[in-house]
Amino acid sequence: MTISVTLFVQMASFLLLVFFINRVLWGPLTALLARRQKRIADGLAAAEEGRRALDRAHNQEEEILKLARERAAAILDHADHRARGLVDEARERAQQEGEQMMALLRAEAAAETTRLREALRHDVARLALLGAERVVQREIDGRLHEDLLHQVMEQL
Amino acid sequence: MKHPIAYMTGHLQNFTVGHGFWSFQLDTIGISWALGILILGAGWAVGRHLDEDRPTGLQNVLEAVVEFVDDQIQGIFPVKDPLIGPLALTVFLWVLLMNMMDELPIDLLPTVAGWFGVHHFRSTPTADPYTTLGMALCVFILTLVYNVRNKGLLGYLKGYLVHPFGPYLFPFNVLMTLVEEIAKPLSLGLRLFGNMFAGELVFLLIALLPWWAGWVADTGWGIFHLLIIALQAFIFMILTIMYLAMAAAEEGGAH
Repeated sequence: MTISVTLFVQMASFLLLVFFINRVLWGPLTALLARRQKRIADGLAAAEEGRRALDRAHNQEEEILKLARERAAAILDHADHRARGLVDEARERAQQEGEQMMALLRAEAAAETTRLREALRHDVARLALLGAERVVQREIDGRLHEDLLHQVMEQL
Repeated sequence: MKHPIAYMTGHLQNFTVGHGFWSFQLDTIGISWALGILILGAGWAVGRHLDEDRPTGLQNVLEAVVEFVDDQIQGIFPVKDPLIGPLALTVFLWVLLMNMMDELPIDLLPTVAGWFGVHHFRSTPTADPYTTLGMALCVFILTLVYNVRNKGLLGYLKGYLVHPFGPYLFPFNVLMTLVEEIAKPLSLGLRLFGNMFAGELVFLLIALLPWWAGWVADTGWGIFHLLIIALQAFIFMILTIMYLAMAAAEEGGAH
């Protein structure tokens, strides 16, 4: 084999082809792959960031819930306390009022008793007087016998 | 009945124009150019509307090839280099397609050429040593450039003196390293040429068999040869990357 110009043509063709393949194939495609790789990496990083944010939110949520629960418990406690106080107070007041009412009623009843007894005494005295009138067949003058009447009433 | 010797020698002659040094083998040049333009056309067609999100069809194929080549480079090459990528991709795609020409029916293109008054035509550019040695020579020149750029001219030449037996045996060293350095491009080019030439030769021999035997043998060899085609393209690419990686390595790379 002798060296011929074909060898140099093929060398030139090869180098030329390398140049053009770099322009139309290798360059654009590696750039594209690099872009895609970056996008995927960015996407994964964003997903990771999102996951972390979610974790943070979960933690925060738990904290807030815990706080809310504590506060609710405190409020309930307070309300319970307050309600018990109110009930006690109400009971006390009711008792007092009941006692007052009782005393009043008792006083009224006593007064009524006295009044009835007085009226009864009067009636009995009058009945006695009436009976006596019948017995003596004459009228007993009320005024004249005031003293007597009083005496009778006193004895009853 | 074909005359075997005339048939085979006829098929092993290139379509040559000119004489002596100025002989252009137009079949080798033409087909290698056509395949190169095919690659560029595919790249251009895909590059016109690259879709970053939903790659389809040819873009997928080319992306896969580019990634495959890039993976090989990442595994071997010690530094970032703007040239090695397109170089390796070109070697792989171009050699693969040129080798593929061997899979065409051995008489197809010569027959077509015969209609146009061309009596000798070889369809496989890589079965022509001018192509394979031309590419190997380019790689060799690039390794020289990388070596000198990386180690300096004196540093590179010093490698010839002290490698591999140490400074006291420098005459042997020079001889050994010279043989080693020249053997690299020579073996690179001849390996591919030899494989493709042998493949072509076997196809020619099969073509001489009677048709009922030729059919089976042609299919069998065609399938087996596909393996060689891909393997040789891959080997040429890997060795290109490795030779340049050695030249570009920081030190002790000229081994």
